[in-house]
Formats: sequence, structure tokens, C-alpha cells
Amino acid sequence: MPVFEYAPAPESRAIANLKDHYKPFVNGEFVDGSGEPLKTINPATEEVLAEVGTASKSDVDTAVKAARKAYTGVWSKMPGTERAKYLFRIARLIQERSRELAVLESLDNGKPIKESRDSDVPTAAAHFFYHAGWADKLEYAGYGPNPQPLGVAGQIIPWNFPLLMLAWKIAPALATGNTVVLKPAETTPLTALVFAEICQQAELPPGVVNILPGAGDIGASIVEHADIDKIAFTGSTEVGKAIQREVAGTAKKLTLELGGKAANIVFEDAPLDQAIEGIVNGIFFNQGHVCCAGSRLMVQESIAEEVLEKLRYRVSTLRIGDPLDKNTDIGAINSAEQLAKIQGLVEAGDAEGAQRWTSPCPVPDRGFFFAPTVFANVHQSMRIAREEIFGPVLSVLTFRTPDEAVTKANNTPYGLSAGIWTEKGSRILWMANQLRAGVVWANTFNRFDPAAPFGGYQESGFGREGGRTGLEAYLDV
Amino acid sequence: MSDRISVAKTYKLYVGGKFPRSESGRVYPVADAKGKFLANAAHASRKDVRDAVVAARKAFPGWSAATAYNRGQVLYRVAEVLEGRRDQFIAEVSTSEGLAPKKAESLVDAAIDRWVWYAGWTDKIATVLGAANPVAGPYFSFTVPEPTGVVGILAPQQSSLLGLVSVLAPVLATGSTAVVVSSADRPLPAITLSEVLATSDVPGGVANILTGRASELGSWLASHGDVNALDPTGAAVADRPGLAREAANTVKRVLTVPDAEPDWTVAPDLSRLRRYLEAKTVWHPLGV
Amino acid sequence: MPDPPPRLSGMTATTSTSAAPATPAPLADATRDEASLRRFLLGLPGVDQVGVEQRAAGLGTRSIKKDAKRWAIDTAISMVDLTTLEGADTRGKVRALAAKAVRPDPERQDAPRVAAVCVYPDMVATAVEALKGSGVHVASVATGFPAGRTSREIKLADTKIAVDAGAHEVDMVIDRGAFLEGRYMDVFQEIQAIKAACGDAHLKVILETGELATYDNVRRASWLALLAGGDFIKTSTGKVSPAATLPVTHIMLQAVHDWHVTTGELRGVKPAGGIRTTKDAIKYLVAVHEVAGEQWLTPDLFRFGASSLLNDLLLQRRTQVDGHYSGPDYVTVD
Repeated sequence: MPVFEYAPAPESRAIANLKDHYKPFVNGEFVDGSGEPLKTINPATEEVLAEVGTASKSDVDTAVKAARKAYTGVWSKMPGTERAKYLFRIARLIQERSRELAVLESLDNGKPIKESRDSDVPTAAAHFFYHAGWADKLEYAGYGPNPQPLGVAGQIIPWNFPLLMLAWKIAPALATGNTVVLKPAETTPLTALVFAEICQQAELPPGVVNILPGAGDIGASIVEHADIDKIAFTGSTEVGKAIQREVAGTAKKLTLELGGKAANIVFEDAPLDQAIEGIVNGIFFNQGHVCCAGSRLMVQESIAEEVLEKLRYRVSTLRIGDPLDKNTDIGAINSAEQLAKIQGLVEAGDAEGAQRWTSPCPVPDRGFFFAPTVFANVHQSMRIAREEIFGPVLSVLTFRTPDEAVTKANNTPYGLSAGIWTEKGSRILWMANQLRAGVVWANTFNRFDPAAPFGGYQESGFGREGGRTGLEAYLDV
Repeated sequence: MSDRISVAKTYKLYVGGKFPRSESGRVYPVADAKGKFLANAAHASRKDVRDAVVAARKAFPGWSAATAYNRGQVLYRVAEVLEGRRDQFIAEVSTSEGLAPKKAESLVDAAIDRWVWYAGWTDKIATVLGAANPVAGPYFSFTVPEPTGVVGILAPQQSSLLGLVSVLAPVLATGSTAVVVSSADRPLPAITLSEVLATSDVPGGVANILTGRASELGSWLASHGDVNALDPTGAAVADRPGLAREAANTVKRVLTVPDAEPDWTVAPDLSRLRRYLEAKTVWHPLGV
Repeated sequence: MPDPPPRLSGMTATTSTSAAPATPAPLADATRDEASLRRFLLGLPGVDQVGVEQRAAGLGTRSIKKDAKRWAIDTAISMVDLTTLEGADTRGKVRALAAKAVRPDPERQDAPRVAAVCVYPDMVATAVEALKGSGVHVASVATGFPAGRTSREIKLADTKIAVDAGAHEVDMVIDRGAFLEGRYMDVFQEIQAIKAACGDAHLKVILETGELATYDNVRRASWLALLAGGDFIKTSTGKVSPAATLPVTHIMLQAVHDWHVTTGELRGVKPAGGIRTTKDAIKYLVAVHEVAGEQWLTPDLFRFGASSLLNDLLLQRRTQVDGHYSGPDYVTVD
């Protein structure tokens, strides 16, 4: 029997320009942070990539002062047309350095190069490009004739899409005239610091963007800082609630983008092969480290067996391995902690009686990897149907009627996204109307565009990113 | 010490992504504000207009079907190349319009920034002008703006670059294609702009620029059955009612323009974007 | 080191796994009458255009290098149906093509030979003579290729010419007019009739996907042809644009995969027309591998209908073997 083995096709690591040491970026310069330096590792190999200086509470103070000075002295006075041109420059620079950023992102985060190259980095560039164009058109955005920025924004972003989450935060903030202090996630600080270099190459005025690597305590310092006007957070619901408690009663504006447990609903008249693709994309894209992942497959009972069979076949073709290999579909889990969380919930699934199937694909013997797993016979009352696993683990439930699908899909405190698979247009629109989710994908999944607002209902957070709607988060309206 | 003789530039039409001479073989002399000879510009004929409309129509399906993001990228690239030729444009605008270099400089900068402003509209105009319509029934109804098609533009007679950019960029930004008749007496920046378009990933035929007389060619554009809209800015005021009547025979969308050429340095509003867009409303029921 | 590329396993009409189960009841019911056939075909799941095009494009990003690339090039060569279907074809032209088919690279004797030579029925005898003993099959178009706009009698007679002259394989065209009119049973019965006229020759059914226009139609026509007994389903005549595309081939590969799951039978796929480069050919092989399955990576179950593709494959083969870029003077023009 012929065997078509794709030879290893590794992207060159050298293009990432990996340094031994990275520094925080404050007031337009790379400075020594007075926090304890952290070591960031490559989760695919567990090797140390670089040492990264971190911020201390006093560094946070310095950064906020720099951001405030840049805001009052330069950025808020600058006409939108000029601000726009800085953002266009940044967008272009991201495009120019896209290969470097993609490889570095895969090294630091563990996601496949195919995704960082084809999805993360181009979408990040697109966010800057899109928002650049709003900078001098705010009077047309529906917020009145002369909407004003908020001032200094403190932004805390997660490790799952490091550069892209940075773009979602910084682009609208700068376009609307704010300055920022941003903390990248502890395990993925590198592309944020290369972004800082890009700000220098774009000759962005000092203090407009400040990047402070650090852990949760530095995030808290930013949140608590008295001279911050606005907090934007993407991360776990648990931390989001803590932040909301912290700023309650203050004048600080807040937007949150938290967790999810999205229902991906497949009707018997779905375009079946594409639905399988959508299911796979929904939960295995980015190793399932996606807040809006389609982690609950709700399949109409009449086609459940057929779908599961096709799904298992398709999942078996997914290649798990070296993130830098261009043929890798599923990369590494970001950290040992996250891997342990996934394993814990998977054990719960077993204990609660769901039927586990794991892909027989070969798994690397070092690094943090978890083979794609599908749990069938899952019910609403199981932990794996309620709790966000944030890994390549799919829970499969069934339903009989559209009403039942809606009820079960909505039966969660989360409300970030949902998927609908059917060839019937009226049902798509009816379902979309009924589903309590901020993003509804019909006959597709995981589609992101700077022009399309993104955000959740209920405990998935509030506020939107992208589109005209997303500008509101950074305007005093 | 001998002076170096410069290589004089030839100015041709820009049609279908190429630079042909007028099919009529005609040229006319272009002078600077003081009357000194600058160049012989191609003198476009009605057949050039005909060919340009064919090119613009051919380019329309591709240009209008491109994503708004893609159009924005292309138009921003045009701005990058414009910026690269800033000095050349300053010199050309200065001699064409008889302006001091400093004044010409501010107009060129305004033209580049104007182009960037329009580039940033491509992926936003649908959000601002479109809508989800809250109809009284179990229907999802939405309205999207779509490009009208081929737009005939009589470019301003006085403002050879900023005015030209202000009438052309909104057409391209909204996904339509253009046939432009440049200023008659100040046509040279238009051809240099064409060179910028030709080297900036703008597909051939999306913009077509003819140097010549609006008084001669305007009528052919206004009456053309395959032109969807008309911008009569560069037409003499006396000619405009006639052009509008001719345009009526094919129910063209005709832009309303002030009698006197406006101050192009004033920031534009949405009117030039709106004019070339058709609103399409779609309905679909909601139900299990 | 991957296995050497697979060879044609002789002249089998339909390759099956051992003891293939009888066609299950739902499929037998489907062809009972016009109404049942229509219900079955229209009841197949729809194909989402954006979704299938995205998957096809995604598979196109697979990076195939080194050993895998050499294997893929040789496998692709062994799957080529080297084709000449021109009004100006002469016996000399066909003989030249046959020589190329047997020895594609005269200076590299280890280059595999192609699967078949594909000609018009009146050229079959010449091809059979020229290819005698070589192992390269003779495929013939038939049934009023390419338009298929003629009577059943003439289509059968056309087939008979090819079969009598010794064709191992017959590439027929379906009646697209009948299909688009919804006369599915007419299309079905015509395929059955041609299949019967083929005798031992294996039958490829050309769907002419470019004229079917929608992916839903491609899926329906694929199933129709499989139900009617086609050994291979083929995308195009190559005379109409668009000819073969990755998404269309993807759908057909899915169909033969699903057919195998349902019936246990193995049927083949042949994209034809518009595949000109090695890069393209490798994308198709990746699709075969990941959509249908490993089993289909053999000339018994997958072919490329092509003419200029072969030279690009040979050029790339040279590049891989010699270690530097090659040029058109290093491949023969026939």
C-alpha cells in the first residue's frame, strides 16, 4: 500500500531574530524593568527561548506617567489625519515583518506556523489598517460630531493570540486618540516587544504605546492605578470578575472579553462535509485555545452517528507536532499549567460517563501536547459541557428540535459565540435571533475581521472589538 | 561648463492600464501660467472616450468584487507612491498652476492626505451607509451600498492635482471605475498621477485618464449608454444643463456641483461617496 | 525512503475489496424509478461553496519536500493519461505521443511510464499498435465527445469503435442537457448502456463539471455516475473552461470515499484539463490522500488527464534529482 509521508517542512527559526534578552518598552525606549525577569519557553520543546525583563509596580507608574504625558502633550492634540498615518505605517510594518512575527509567535505560543502565518499576523495587520482609517472619520461613527477619547488605557491581554489580541486592543485605542499601557501574557511576551520595535520604526511619538511584561500582579497594578481612565481585559472569566469588582465605584471605564462554551449546532440538512470542517475548525483551531471555540457540538439526533463517524475520520487526518513545521495542524498546548487543566477536565469527562475517543495520531514525546479528543454521549449536566476546557477537546451532545437546540445552547452563563449548520436560510436567521451570543456563525466558524464587531453576552464579557461598534470602548460617549 | 540637456517627458493618455497616444493622432500644446511651452499633451477624441469606457466596464466586475480591504490596500499603496513622487508633483503643480513652491507643496500634501482619507473609507462606508432594517414582520432585512459601475468624470479645470484627486478617489474607493477628462489647460499632473496608478497595483481599466477638452468630450460621456454616473465639475457652467439633459436619456446619476470650482482644501463630506453607491435591500424570512 | 510509486494493476474494470457487500437497500431503491432517483440525488447533503473552497485551499498549503516530493512527482507521472484530442491528430502524432508515454525522459530511464494514452476512437488502433507490450493503457473518449449532443445509437457506435479497436478504457461524456433538465434517469440509463458496451474495458464518466455550474450538481452527478456503474468519475473534457479545479475534485473524492464506506467498492477519480504544473499536481495528490484516503494513491484509482503537465513533472523531477533548476530544452516536445 502506498504511503504518502509528508517530509518535515520546517520554517526557518532564524528569521525570528530571537534575542537572549528582551526588555519592557516605556516612553519610546526599551528599559530595564525592575521586576524579576521571567524566562519564556517554547512549549513544543520546553527549551528557554529568552529572558524577559518585567515591570514592577513602580515601572507601571512610570509607564502610566509617560502615557499621560504623551496623551496630553502630543496625541490628543494631533489631528486624526496624522494619527491615521502612524497607524497605517504600523500596519505596513507588520506586513513587512510578517514572516518574522509569525515564526516568533509560533515559537513563543506553540501554535502551528500555518495559523500564525495565514491567520494571526495578517489579521493583526488588518486591524491596524482598518482602524487607521477611522482616526479621521470619528464624526461619521455615530457617536456625535466630535467624540473624544478617554485618555490613558490599561490593556491586559491573554496568551492564546498574543499579537492579534494586542492589535485588537491597541489599534482602536490609538485610532480614537488614547494612549496605552499594555501587559502581554506572562508566557507570550515576545511578539509584543517586537511590536514595540515596530512602533519605533514607525516613529510613533514616545509614550503613546508602552509594553510592560509581567505576571498577574502587574496586571492588577495597572487595573488599580489611579491615573488610568480605561481598562480593557481579555482573559478568563474569573479574573474578569475580579477586575470588574476592583473598578466598581470608580470612574474607570471597562470592557471585558472573557470565556465561552459555544454551541456549534448541526442540523440534519447541514452541508455535511463543510459542517465537519466547521466542527474541526471550531474546536481544534489554535489547539482549542479560543474563547469562542465551538466546544459543544450539538448535533441533531437523526444524524449523530453519521456525523461522529465522519468526524473521527477527519480528526484522524489532523497532524499534531512541531509548530514550525508547515504541515502541522495542531501545535503545542501553551503551558504545563494549561495542559494539567485540560487533563483534569478530561478525567472528569471519563468519570462522569462520557465516551472518549482520542485521535490515534502520533504525538511528540517532549513538549506540552494533547491529542485531539472527542467526547460523545455528553449531557448538559456534565462538567465537560459546562466548564471551559480551553483545549482540543470536543463535547458532543444531541438535540431533536430547533427549540431544544436553542434552549440547550443558551443554557450557560456564557454567551460569546455560536455556530449554526443548515442549508435552510430562514432557520439560520431564526436561530441567530434566538441565540444569546455576541457572535453567530452560520455555515462557517471562527471568522474574524476588523470590520465585524466581536464580543459576548453575560459572563463572556461586555463591550465589542472591531467595527464601528468597537470604537465605543475607547470614546467618551 | 555646459548645462546638461534634460530628457523631455512625453505625456500620453492612460487607458486600460496602458499609455496610448490619442487614436486621432492629435496633440495640443500645454503652457505654464506664464505662457511658456511645457509639453504637447495628447488631445483625446470621442473614440478615446469610447475605448476608455470599454476598459472601465471590463475592469468593473473585478474591482467591485474585490474585498473592501483589498481596495483599501491598493488605494493606500497609491498614496505611498504619490508620496514618493512628492517633489515631482510639487514642481508640476507649481508650473502648471503658476504657484509658489510653498503653496504647491501644501496642495500636494493635501492631495496625498486626501487620497489616504478615501483609502480608509473602503471598508467603512458600508457600515455607515448600510443598515439592518427593523421591518414590521418576521423578516431579516438589510441594505448594503453597492458601486454603481462606470463613472464619467470631468475633472476640475483649475485644481490640477488636489481637485483631480478629490473627484477620482471617492469613485475608486466605493468600487466603481472611472473615465476622467482632465483639466484642459493643466493636464500634466493628471498623467503623472496615471503613472502612479499604473505602478501601484491598480488593475488596468479601473481608472482611465484622458487629457483634452471637457467641452468636446463631456457630451460623449454624458450620452454614453454604458456610463452609469456623471460628475460635471470640469464642464463650463453654460454647458451643464445640456449635459444633464443628455445624461437623462440613460437615467444617469448626475452629481450636483457648485457653479464655481470649490475650495478643494476644505475637508470633504460623504456626498461624493454616497453619489456613486446604489442601495440594495434584501429580505429573508425568519422561521424554523 | 517512501515506497516506490504504485503501478497500474492490469485491466480491471472495477477494483473491489474482497467480498464486497451487495449494494445496500437504500441505494438499490434510489434507482428504482425517475422519482426515486431524483429524491435520492436531491436528498444528498448540499455543498457549501465557501466551505469547500476553503478546505481545498487549505490542503493546498501542505508543504511537500524532498523524498516526499520525489515520490509525489513519480506517482503523478505514473498517473498521467497522456492526452491528444485534436481535430488535427494524425497517426504520426499519436505514435509520437505513445513513444513519450513509454519513455517520458530518454536520459533518465528510471522515470516511470505514464498510465495511459488518451485519444479519439479512430486513433485507438494506432495507439494500441504503438503501445503493444508496454503496459501503458489505451484510453479512448467516446459518446460524441466532447459535447455529447447526439443520439444514443451514435454514442453506442462510437463506443464500439473504441472497444473493438482494443481500447482498455473508455472516457464517456454524460448528457449535460438531460442532467440540467432534471432527466436523471435518462442520464443514468445512458451510462449503464455505455458500460455494457464497454465489455472488459473500464469506464470513466466525464461529468463536465464546468457546465454543471454548482457544487451541488457535481455531487449529484458523481453519485449518479457511481450508481450507474462508472469505474471512474472524471471532471472534464478539457474543452470547456473551467475544467478541473481542486474544489470540484475534492467533492468527487469525497463521493468515492463515501461510496466505499457505503458499498465497500473502490471507484476512481480523474481530474482533467487545466492542470499544468507539478505544484498543482501535488495539491491534487494531497487532496486524494486526505479526502479519499491513502488507498486512492494509485493509477488504478486516480489519474490526471493532461498533456503539458507531463513535461513540467519531468522538469521538476530533473530539478530534484540533479539539484539545480532545469529548463525546457531538457524535456522533449512531441
